Amino acid sequence: MSMTVEIDEPRCVAAGHCAAAAPGVFDQRDDDGVVVLLDPTPPAGEHGKVREAAALCPAAAITLRDRGGAR
Amino acid sequence: MTDVLVVGASAAGLATAEALRRRGFTGSIRLLGAEEHPPYDRPPLSKEVLAGTRDPERVVLRGADDLAALDIELVTGRGATALDVVRREVSDTAGRRHAYGSLVIATGLTPRRLGRFAGPAGVHVLRTVEDTRRLHADLLTARRLVVLGGGVLGCEIAATARQRGLDVTLVDRGPAPMARQAGPRLGALLADLHRAHGVKVLTDVTVEDPVVHEARVTGVRTSAGRIAADAVVVAVGATPATGWLRGSGLVLSDGVVCDSRCRAAEGVYAVGDVARWWHEGQGRSVRLENRTNATEQALAVADNIMGADRPYVPVPYFWTDQYDVRMQVFGDLAGADALRVLEGDPATRKFVAAAESGGRVIGVVGWNSARAVRRARGLIADRGVVDA
Repeated sequence: MSMTVEIDEPRCVAAGHCAAAAPGVFDQRDDDGVVVLLDPTPPAGEHGKVREAAALCPAAAITLRDRGGAR
Repeated sequence: MTDVLVVGASAAGLATAEALRRRGFTGSIRLLGAEEHPPYDRPPLSKEVLAGTRDPERVVLRGADDLAALDIELVTGRGATALDVVRREVSDTAGRRHAYGSLVIATGLTPRRLGRFAGPAGVHVLRTVEDTRRLHADLLTARRLVVLGGGVLGCEIAATARQRGLDVTLVDRGPAPMARQAGPRLGALLADLHRAHGVKVLTDVTVEDPVVHEARVTGVRTSAGRIAADAVVVAVGATPATGWLRGSGLVLSDGVVCDSRCRAAEGVYAVGDVARWWHEGQGRSVRLENRTNATEQALAVADNIMGADRPYVPVPYFWTDQYDVRMQVFGDLAGADALRVLEGDPATRKFVAAAESGGRVIGVVGWNSARAVRRARGLIADRGVVDA
């Protein structure tokens, strides 16, 4: 199954929990720490980490969609 | 009967319900919320929403469609009034009983109002979106705002109001703003920050009474004299919302007392601001009032409902935005005996520092250094363990 990652950048509070949980998919800008999406369609091996990252985000700024568009 | 009843439909309750579904829980889940809104996020209230730069609708975490897609039943506008742990039932304000298999208590906090300040128009607390709308409306006409309490919330409200051009006085009974959360040295830096922006910061000052004229507040009497005000915010902390649990048999002591698995009794868990649990790493009972704890603890509670037997041992984290400073803290600052700057310079408001106790790093703090502070988090010894 494929996964698409979407970021609601204005909501991001730069906690960095996503980059800690899934460093292959999320990083942070140097200046303000706002999320940088490295891979909007991560490979299956990353899906578990990405789900954890989305769950940990204190601003609920990460949305995950399956191929069919459901969350 | 609902398999999992979550009392409290804010961040922690929602995150627990979502985590259960993500882990494949197929039973029924009901979220019972006292407010009339779908689950929403509180940190933006004292900042963007109060400033008027974010529409209050934009703080909703999950709408009705999202919850329906997850097969989570949301009941709003109903507070819980009683718990019967033997019959496994919760009663609500409409007189309905909710039988449950497992119960998650996520009722959060109630702001302290300071008795003498409850009543006059122009006196505010800030916890809900309605509180924020009322304060925002008052700030449109007020010229002078007095904020009582220099914790995270009081500091953020002071900064937001000052940036809207109000004449702001921040009153704290301690030696510096946020001294309890951040220690005296960072507190002094924060006091400098507020003063540099034109806020009058009064420390070591106790609050006495409101000055009231025709049922409206016109000032505050303090140990440092009288301060004129068109509006007053009481931001002197909050207490765990456990009134409905009195007589339930659960142990209540500044929160719902839980074991290391966030379990208060057989089949009863607590999560978020209301939960006091045994932190095995720190060897003491802990209650955290921060947004990140709500989601992290929810994951542990969901795991334990599903039989994981997992202790909850987080490194505490909080952040605050004031003016052009974003301050981020991992671990513990207040218990430190030294603060060592690792990079940057506090004078430039961009730095990372380690808080040490007996030579061990127990916390890290960054100002405008989000990436660097995340890297520095690894310096914290033993996942934030401190000597009890």
